[in-house]
Amino acid sequence: MINLFKIAIRNLMRYKRRTLLTASLITIGVVFVLVFVSVSGSFKNMMIGQITDSVIGHIQLHRKGYVASIENLPLTMNMKANSVKRLEKIISDEPQIEAFSPRIKFGGMFSNFAETTNIRLNGVYPEKEFATVPLLPSRITKGEKSLNLGEIIIPELLANGMNAKIGDTVVIVATNQNGSVNGKQFKVSGILESVSGPGGRDGYIHLEDAVELLRMEEIEISEIAVRLKNFDKLDIVTSKLEELISKELNKNDKPMFEVHPWKKLSPFYHISRMIDLLTFFIKIMLIAIVLISIMNVMIMAVYERIREIGTLSAIGTLPSRILSMFVIEGFCLGFIGGVIGDIIGIVIVFIINMAKIKFDFGMQKGLTLVASIHQGDLLAISATVIIVSVIASLQPALKASRMNPIEALRHV
Amino acid sequence: MTLISAVNLEKTYQAGEVIVKALDGVSFEIEPSSFVSFVGPSGSGKTTLLNLIGCLDKPTSGELRIADTEVLSLNRRESALFRGSNIGFIFQDFNLIPVLTVYENIEYPLLMVLTTSVEERKKRVLELLEIVGMKDQRDKYPDQISGGQKQRAAVARALVTNPKLVLADEPTANLDKHTAYMVIELMKKMRDDFKTTFIFSTHDPKVVGEAEIIYTLDDGTIINKAIKAGKKHD
Repeated sequence: MINLFKIAIRNLMRYKRRTLLTASLITIGVVFVLVFVSVSGSFKNMMIGQITDSVIGHIQLHRKGYVASIENLPLTMNMKANSVKRLEKIISDEPQIEAFSPRIKFGGMFSNFAETTNIRLNGVYPEKEFATVPLLPSRITKGEKSLNLGEIIIPELLANGMNAKIGDTVVIVATNQNGSVNGKQFKVSGILESVSGPGGRDGYIHLEDAVELLRMEEIEISEIAVRLKNFDKLDIVTSKLEELISKELNKNDKPMFEVHPWKKLSPFYHISRMIDLLTFFIKIMLIAIVLISIMNVMIMAVYERIREIGTLSAIGTLPSRILSMFVIEGFCLGFIGGVIGDIIGIVIVFIINMAKIKFDFGMQKGLTLVASIHQGDLLAISATVIIVSVIASLQPALKASRMNPIEALRHV
Repeated sequence: MTLISAVNLEKTYQAGEVIVKALDGVSFEIEPSSFVSFVGPSGSGKTTLLNLIGCLDKPTSGELRIADTEVLSLNRRESALFRGSNIGFIFQDFNLIPVLTVYENIEYPLLMVLTTSVEERKKRVLELLEIVGMKDQRDKYPDQISGGQKQRAAVARALVTNPKLVLADEPTANLDKHTAYMVIELMKKMRDDFKTTFIFSTHDPKVVGEAEIIYTLDDGTIINKAIKAGKKHD
């Protein structure tokens, strides 16, 4: 086998320029795919992380039908206290769940005594909310990274528009589910950076304040946000929760609750699918580049060495060995192009990270592009290139191995 | 004991709509350690006959037995194995592998065709390099040596597996007269040293004179067999 590799490498060196061009083409393809995969993959993971870890949580549980009318934040579709207790029991018993946070979501009017505007609010238990969406405190750009009774954290855009500052007293007016209006004073304790996706521009108050503002006789919850110990088990835990809560039936024997993973709640999921699709097509392009370039170069190699193949065959070289010689040549080309592409790709990703390139996404400004190459991607791309190289060289190699030695020796 | 036994070999080709009879009922026997030449004009069937003896092609009809093997019943793979173990080839254009050194070219059949141990391989290749006078050229590539040196290396490659038979199609056609004689002398010496049968085809009447048995072909048939006086292994 070593000798076959030796012959293959020498044959590649024999046509240096052609080998260099083909390997360069493969290298460029690998670099392009690697940089794209690392940048787009990192962007996707960063956005998913931000959406789930600072706003949505990994999974949310609602009363059935709530999500369908979530734009209205209907208080009539909140979950009653006894239902919430049952759900909390189910969640607490699930070992894969790290934390959960009940929320009351509602819309209201925000007034600074001079101007009034709309606001969407989440009534939360701060310690539970911070445990479920741990990036939330990092979004509080001004003020304390905490939330006490009587305090409100307001979104940045609203603060800018209403000229609200930390320590200001503001009034929130809200309509409860019976239609009566109530108002309550709050002190602005924090200003929250906006993020993309649903809930990314909501304010936060303490859950008990929300209960008081909405004049609830008992706590009613709009949703329970859940954080998993391992995000990769999202589908498994979602299915398990779906199964468990499907046993909770209403008076009509219909399921009372529904489970939504972040994918069903955030439009970014569709963007992430588009990124995956683009990545897939870019990989297909790489495969096409490798396939065509290797096949082309190997067809030429076979054509140029017909007499040599005839000689090898005449002196007793088995067809399988002749096949191996050409397949190994294709393998070496793919391997060289792939490895050099990997190295250059890693260097480019390193440079991108050193350059700290900034970009805007939706309302978010000045995000830093952090590209990272995963070992799995490196291995998968390299393996794809090598396997495709071998497949591309198979046809010319088969042709060489099946060549009639007399015709081959007669070839001019 | 006969090394090659050919009975009524016929070979026809289809060239467009015309059927060409390259060999027409050729029969002969060749003993081991012979130094045989097939001569004749172009198109007489010399190369076709050498291709059949070399198991590179199959006749349209007839029988061919080489080293106690019915070679016509061998499939493609078996033919390759048979050639690798029993037959050496010397080509008109030398046909050395350009990416291998002289040493590696000679070593190739032991390495890639037969599986010979490293020590045995080294011993055998060095022995042949010494015999063909190419030891000092061992690390050179084919494009760095002369035509005569290439053919000497090719003779060594043909003999390295210790074959029973070496076939040479016009082995001196691309060599000057002096080098051609040297190569023929080398082939004869190899025959004497290793008891290998050499069969070669040629146009060159002076080279023909060096053969001990001369078959003359014309129009696909053997028209004459001449045995030179003083033939050593008849």
